[in-house]
Amino acid sequence: MNIRKSAGRLSRRDALKAGVAAAALPLVHVRTAHAAGSLKLAFWDHWVPAANPVMKQLVAEWGKKNKVDVTLDLLSAGSANSKLPLTQAAEALSGTGHDVMAFSVWDVQHYHEHLIVMDDVVDGLIKQYGPMDPAAQYMAQVKGHWMALPTSVGSQYKPACGRISFFKSQGIDVESWYPAKPGATAGAKDWTYAEMLKLAPAAAKAGLHFGIGIGQTSDSVDFSGGLMRAYGAALVDAKGNITVRSEPVMEVLEYMQKLVPYLPADTASYNDASNNRALISGKSALIFNPPSAWFVARRDAPKVAADCWTFPSPVGPKARAIPYDPFFWGIWKFSKNQAAAKELLTWLQQRPQVQKLCDASAGYDIPPLMSMHNFNIWSTEGPPVGTVYNYPIRPWHDSVSNASCTPAPPRIASQLFSNATFNVMVTKLTKQNQKMKDVLDWAEHEINGYINM
Amino acid sequence: MADATTGFPAAALSTRTSALHRLARRRSSIAFAMCIPLFALILGMVVYPFFYSIYLSMLSRDMSRFIGLFNYEYLLTSETFHLVIFQSCLFAVTAVFFKAVIGFILAHVMHNIHGRDQRVWRGLLLVPWVIPPALSTLGWWWMISGSYSAINWILVHLGIKAVPWLALTGWARFWVIVVNVWFGAPFFMIMYLATLKSVPDQLYEAAAIDGATGLQKIRYISLPLLQNVISITVLFSLIVTFANFDIVEILTAGAPANTTQVFATYAFQVGIGAGNIPMGSAVSLFIFPILAIFAIFILRGVNRRSREAM
Repeated sequence: MNIRKSAGRLSRRDALKAGVAAAALPLVHVRTAHAAGSLKLAFWDHWVPAANPVMKQLVAEWGKKNKVDVTLDLLSAGSANSKLPLTQAAEALSGTGHDVMAFSVWDVQHYHEHLIVMDDVVDGLIKQYGPMDPAAQYMAQVKGHWMALPTSVGSQYKPACGRISFFKSQGIDVESWYPAKPGATAGAKDWTYAEMLKLAPAAAKAGLHFGIGIGQTSDSVDFSGGLMRAYGAALVDAKGNITVRSEPVMEVLEYMQKLVPYLPADTASYNDASNNRALISGKSALIFNPPSAWFVARRDAPKVAADCWTFPSPVGPKARAIPYDPFFWGIWKFSKNQAAAKELLTWLQQRPQVQKLCDASAGYDIPPLMSMHNFNIWSTEGPPVGTVYNYPIRPWHDSVSNASCTPAPPRIASQLFSNATFNVMVTKLTKQNQKMKDVLDWAEHEINGYINM
Repeated sequence: MADATTGFPAAALSTRTSALHRLARRRSSIAFAMCIPLFALILGMVVYPFFYSIYLSMLSRDMSRFIGLFNYEYLLTSETFHLVIFQSCLFAVTAVFFKAVIGFILAHVMHNIHGRDQRVWRGLLLVPWVIPPALSTLGWWWMISGSYSAINWILVHLGIKAVPWLALTGWARFWVIVVNVWFGAPFFMIMYLATLKSVPDQLYEAAAIDGATGLQKIRYISLPLLQNVISITVLFSLIVTFANFDIVEILTAGAPANTTQVFATYAFQVGIGAGNIPMGSAVSLFIFPILAIFAIFILRGVNRRSREAM
């Protein structure tokens, strides 16, 4: 009764007072440590263990400064280690989970419908630092929109890493082809796929094979992707037409028929660890990989490491293509704190932060913003000092980064990549002695399926 | 007279309470109530995912359109998928056969070892089964991988040429089966051993008095008594082996040229690797009819023998 009475007697003055008090509430609101909400990140668990603590520290620093409660989960990805892709699939289907997710290679194309557009973030960074790697752009864009931000963390080129002594024994000084200083050399022009084919028997004769795989995991697929781009070959062209029987494809298949007999006997079952082991064991004269194999050799086989030099892939009739496996950060549409997520990702890709991360990964990470390819880390690492100087693409390298299975439309390229279609063709041809016609028929049927799905 | 707390007439209340009590006292009601969590679990973890994966398998790659049975039609015309069906059947049937045979032999050997020695050997033989298969498979990979494996090292030191075990189709298939048998045989052994322990010793003693040989004892006593356990373990193992993923993924990842690819690894490759979840669902659902055929034949045998025994 009393309550009803007092409510009925609420005067206009009282109502005004209450309104003013309510309006002033935000002004006197005490800003807590987590005032700007929370963010959950799923980033790639780095191969180089020292890189993870730096990432954690950077994320914590940003969270503290911006009053955001940030949780960072590090998920592994690689051969037989698939926590990251499984989490991506689960979160995309369930519409719940982390705010920010790491994606590798073609994953952005698989899940772009669940991601927000990142044009503002990426265009801002391009304005600030110059162009983004074109292969990263191909993989991250859908209909001209950036669906994820290419990141340095985990992104890698897979250029050649050769044994200096072997090349010297063949009258080639790779250090003079690609010295640890700016500027193109005349010798670099001699580094061709034809030259590599000449060297392969010599390596096999010396008991030092080329550690190149024709298996079904990414290192093998990336090598053949670079080779195909160098010859202008593609199983599917940019318009989505099947070009399995085109002249350049036949040329590359013939090239592989000549090369494979000099590759290791287990080349068809190579996985992503095999070429590393080939180099570290001292049994290989040449591999195509990021410097991770050399890093491990520096620890486990110092003499081998001191004899290694990283330099761009050979040139073919059409291009010098460096295999590229980039990583991306995307924000799910279901994220409740998209503004904070964008802010954090932008901050993490600023030059000082990228440099810290690259240094922590001992130069393994490749920044997608090409202007950042001049960090000091690649000049100072050794022995021999400067061994990874030519790991990032330098302006005078006359090289292009290559996303395997391009220029096929991303929807088809991603399937050619995951199913290792070209490498299966090479294996059928060289290891299972199948006829060229049968192999081409098989490839055509498989690719038809990828197109019609 | 009304109940003070509820206001209901006492007679009505007592009738209702007694009905409730009767219901609660009925064994079937209690059993049903206690099974509800299990039903919920089966509904949530088995029935719903099963029907959801059927639904998924009928969607287009981007999951935006219903395409009916197109994914299944494509798979049935794909040479790679024919290889997957062949390899999966070869892998599962061969591996289960050898696991059953080795488990049977080991169980009999164990049964004839007595006391502490049996406990020690039983423990040792169970080791492969208790190690996480991803780890033990990695150990096998180090032993058999092409260029730098322990087995090849021994071969080379004996003057024999190294063999690229996992790069040749025949050998690669052989090794994925060997690793599966190594991992799974202890399970068969322990199941058979448990059953053998329940067989009355008098049967064997009587057979011995009648002059039966060891093989005859196995043929006429052990085998008939173990038949149902063998059937059930074979069925159980077939289900697990058909769905095996880690051994093939770690040893070969389907190489060379997809000739070691099995349902689970291929489903992962096209579903998660290539981002085609509907096609991945279709691949994995192919296991279902194959296993159903095996289950029908095996369980029919079990039922027949059970009826005969009654």
